[in-house]
Amino acid sequence: MSVDTATVAKIASLARIKVTEADLSAMVPELNGILAWVEQLGEVDVTGIEPMTAVIPNHQRLRDDVVNADPLTGGDMRDAVLANAPAPEHGFFGVPKVIE
Amino acid sequence: MSEYRIQGATGEWEVVIGLEVHAQVTSNAKLFSGAATAFGAEPNTQVSLVDAAMPGMLPVPNMECIRQAVRTGMAINAQINKWSRFDRKNYFYADLPQGYQISQLYHPIVGEGSIEIQLDDKNPESLKTIGIERIHVEQDAGKLMHDQHPTMSYVDLNRSGVALMEIVSRPDMRSPAEAGAYLSKLRTILRYVGSCDGNMDQGSMRADVNVSVRRVSDKPGGEPFGTRTETKNVNSVRFVMAVVEQEARRQVAVIEDGGTVVQETRLYDPERNETRSMRSKEDAHDYRYFPDPDLLPLELDDAFLEECRASLPELPDAKRHRYETALGLSAYNAGVLTADVETARWFEALLAETAAKAKKPEAEVAKQAANWLISELFGALNKLGKGLDNSPVTPAAGAELLALVTDGTISGSIAKQVLEKMLESGDGAAAIVEREGLKQTSDTGAIEAAIDGILAANADKVEQYKAGKEALFGFFVGQTMKAMQGKANPGVVNELLKKKLA
Repeated sequence: MSVDTATVAKIASLARIKVTEADLSAMVPELNGILAWVEQLGEVDVTGIEPMTAVIPNHQRLRDDVVNADPLTGGDMRDAVLANAPAPEHGFFGVPKVIE
Repeated sequence: MSEYRIQGATGEWEVVIGLEVHAQVTSNAKLFSGAATAFGAEPNTQVSLVDAAMPGMLPVPNMECIRQAVRTGMAINAQINKWSRFDRKNYFYADLPQGYQISQLYHPIVGEGSIEIQLDDKNPESLKTIGIERIHVEQDAGKLMHDQHPTMSYVDLNRSGVALMEIVSRPDMRSPAEAGAYLSKLRTILRYVGSCDGNMDQGSMRADVNVSVRRVSDKPGGEPFGTRTETKNVNSVRFVMAVVEQEARRQVAVIEDGGTVVQETRLYDPERNETRSMRSKEDAHDYRYFPDPDLLPLELDDAFLEECRASLPELPDAKRHRYETALGLSAYNAGVLTADVETARWFEALLAETAAKAKKPEAEVAKQAANWLISELFGALNKLGKGLDNSPVTPAAGAELLALVTDGTISGSIAKQVLEKMLESGDGAAAIVEREGLKQTSDTGAIEAAIDGILAANADKVEQYKAGKEALFGFFVGQTMKAMQGKANPGVVNELLKKKLA
């Protein structure tokens, strides 16, 4: 697998990362180098082996349906949530107008 | 049921419809955080650091949301996947702080199922099965407000991270009526199960409507499907039906004018009753899904599934069938009483109280209770602009009234008056009957006197009756009841009249 300039430009745009023309042409061989390196994994024969989903055998833990049971993952913290927002207004995040 | 066809300039067209319904899962906390889900809170007060996507925060699934999705799957007879997985759907928008929605693309929790819709209320044979492809669980996004500030949009993340079920139908519907019936039935099932409150005006349930058209043909299976459009976020049954109708007509016109239907996302404008294209970017659908590395696969064990199954209530189709077979109700009445879980609960409470008061099995009083609820109480509440949920008359009070009719204390027509007074005053039926002197009389002397008066005043009609015009019997009964101000026992009136006219 390899990418061309157009593909990298598209991925950058989807990720909202601004990349100049010059950086773009430098980035294409770099990304292709990474892809070629990872592609070496394709040489391993994995016939009959289940895909690994975690490094150690483990099960997904589930939470009970309790509001604010743990202050770190509960609500009622508007000030903290808005603390780093560039334009908080009346309890909302203010963002540049986006309208379809 | 005649088939729905669009008459084009060049022939007849058929419409093909599939619905993707987003239903908010009923839970106290969000899908991956402990923030509350209640509707209508102050902006951003129900947002945790997880929902605001602060660095380092990790999602942990809410067991109740998983449980509700599984129960819903079981209610539509679907395959439950004991192994499912969450994926990231990547896109940028101001209402999505993570930059991706956690969803389930490749391995949804619920696989194929189906629901049955009835196309005609009065015809129990008019059934159609609509396939459901899958149900997956995902996060809702936040809410944007565009009209509060001249240059800014305001973001409220209270809804961000609330659990949704996306219920995807097969393209099995062929008319606006079928799409409407499917959505109504799905809503009924969700409300029975208790996995979604179904409040469409609060956005708890909304539908993406996929529509395409094809020429009517005799070929087995018909022509191949046409290109479809997807109209997003339609929030009522009526609007879904309108979208199907408008969109099908628009597509037929486009094709007959020599154009082609573009696969695109559209919006419905209820004011103008038309759909219009969303000016979306070309790459809007390049979501670059991949398994969410923050979450392990979801593995459900048999004990969990068993608990989900055991907790399911009697579902609408089964309840309806039981009302018809075990209680002897008409198909129509059974349909009305089971269409909404609240109505069914109210009816069952009324039935239990009525049976207890009459000391009879429920099956013997079911018809009386059903008829009274449907033809008397619904009408009276309707006039007051109320529903069963805020009815001043409780099931127990209704049963008290029915018992008075059954034991002959009052007649059916007096019962109507008593019901009106119960709704006005909130008093019990027996107290009203006592206070207003509405007790029915079986006093044969008084009734006989009334009958003699009626027969004397209508000698001509008595002649006609005796000459064979038997339909006049009802007239004499009516006049007698009128003379007795409705308080005569109808059985006694009938008996005495028959004697006197013999």
